[in-house]
Amino acid sequence: MAFQIVEGCVNCWACLPLCPSQAILAVKPHFLIDTWRCNECEGQYADPQCASICPVEGVILDALGIPSNPPGSLTGIPPERRAATRAEIGAR
Amino acid sequence: MLKLQVASRAGVGASAEGCASSGCGGSSAGLSHLPEHIRAKVHNHPCYSEEAHHHYARMHVAVAPACNIQCHYCNRKYNCANESRPGVVSELLTPAQAVKQVLAVAATIPQMAVLGIAGPGDPLANPERTLATFQALAEQAPDIKLCVSTNGLALPDLVEDLCALNIDHVTLTINCVDPDVGAHIYPWIFWKNRRIKGRKAAEILIERQQQGLEMLVARGVLVKVNSVLIPGVNDEHLKEVSRLVKAKGAFLHNVMPLIAEPEHGTFYGLMGQRGPTHEELQQLQDACAGDMAMMRHCRQCRADAVGMLGEDRGAEFSLDKIETLEIDYPQAMARRRQVHAAIEAQRAAAAQPPAKGEILISPTAIKRVRRETRPVLMAVATSGGGLINQHFGQAREFLVYEASAQEVRFIGVRKVGAYCSGPEDCGELDWVLEDTLRALSGCEVVLCSRIGFEPWGQLEAAGITPNGEHAQEPIEQAVASLYQEWVAAGRVAMPSPELARRRA
Ligand code: SF4
Ligand code: SF4
Repeated sequence: MAFQIVEGCVNCWACLPLCPSQAILAVKPHFLIDTWRCNECEGQYADPQCASICPVEGVILDALGIPSNPPGSLTGIPPERRAATRAEIGAR
Repeated sequence: MLKLQVASRAGVGASAEGCASSGCGGSSAGLSHLPEHIRAKVHNHPCYSEEAHHHYARMHVAVAPACNIQCHYCNRKYNCANESRPGVVSELLTPAQAVKQVLAVAATIPQMAVLGIAGPGDPLANPERTLATFQALAEQAPDIKLCVSTNGLALPDLVEDLCALNIDHVTLTINCVDPDVGAHIYPWIFWKNRRIKGRKAAEILIERQQQGLEMLVARGVLVKVNSVLIPGVNDEHLKEVSRLVKAKGAFLHNVMPLIAEPEHGTFYGLMGQRGPTHEELQQLQDACAGDMAMMRHCRQCRADAVGMLGEDRGAEFSLDKIETLEIDYPQAMARRRQVHAAIEAQRAAAAQPPAKGEILISPTAIKRVRRETRPVLMAVATSGGGLINQHFGQAREFLVYEASAQEVRFIGVRKVGAYCSGPEDCGELDWVLEDTLRALSGCEVVLCSRIGFEPWGQLEAAGITPNGEHAQEPIEQAVASLYQEWVAAGRVAMPSPELARRRA
């Protein structure tokens, strides 16, 4: 089972050096996790390292495809608030 | 990553270097509590010496992408070229590319005296990249000063490495010393392989920052402390921060305003947290200045800014342009030495009283004026060299000075349209002028080399007197002589209308 990085990753490199399995690939347009290498940090760390440092919500998914850091969980910004502001700026 | 600013209150002419013509000289006087070797270090540093920034340039390279904490004023999307906010860069460099860029800039702009690594993440959260860059530069370009900024979380572990590379300036961002305040600024930190949230996160961060500060001071490394002023969150608290960091030996405290707009996508921006007004910032800087040297000329540069403070020539040195460049650094170093010597000679000459027969009025002369005159804020458009030498319409920032019966003192920098670059984003030129008027609030005069007819009228309508008569003159002398003129004309005898209103 493996984690994955999806669109929205800002290529900030924070996760890469932490991965105990060298599973993270610095590629464009955004970083990726090598499914065959990732072992979910099993036996090495209590928390998956990539998901514990990634600053962007929603870009790391666990083996079930569920975001490890859902919207609002890292920034404290309620998703409705973000959506409302985006609409406001778009309407200007 | 944010950078901010601070100031000193010392009177003009009291400066240890004898820079009588320079309100900026206040900076050296403000640093007079420091030992001589520290003042010497600060003397040529454009980020730390208000006077030096007129002559020397600094540069940042963006080699450090990762961060180990989250701040509510930061958005980790760091590749927007249209913004000049702190922490925003366009091109991430490898250490080798960064070294090449630094050598190219140092050879082209001999005034470049300082190389900093400030981001776009936290330099010390990227220790290999940051240290490799410093290591190579220490070997290849020993005439460049190296400095680094950090949030402090990783600092205690890296103090020895920094000392080994002879890094003599560290900027530490400390927004609080109380975890209850910190819980409203930092949503999380990454610590010992876990993400820690809430008060606990702030507690660990604060402890590490204080430990790092103590370790650096104990090893004789200069430490500047930056704080972001967040109204309603840490404004009052910053006075305590200022006291504490001074007591621990930080040499400068730089209080910068929060920059928060919904467009930035930050927590504060989206949640409607406002930044401080110019007046609030100034008041807090004044309150902290009683405690220690403050620095008011900080421009909150982008993490890849190149050039004199407030100017960005980064585009001239993009990767594709430097790739083919051959640099003979030893030769460049010889030229740099000459240029620096010439600058020092010029600075020494400027510190002398004007020769007989010249009609320049020294700022000290205004001390003789009767005391009932009120202080006047004057904004200045300058592109460097300590002169009034910029066209009003080209100014992206204004230096603000306060002239009073006692002194001319440097108050701070006001940016204009600073956070986006193009009409595409910012609307019409009218908008820019409006923004300029807002930036100049409280100022009664704008000194510039020239100014267009239309803005002239609009400034006057807004109660600001444009003045192009002092073009190419040294700033402090022009400010002093204009103040003198106003005194003679009876224009400053009474409290300004605005002051009167505020007091009523
Ligand atoms: S979960 Fe662990 S092993 Fe898998 S990619 Fe992330 S850090 Fe590497
Ligand atoms: S930490 Fe997150 S945003 Fe940064 S590179 Fe890894 S996945 Fe991308």
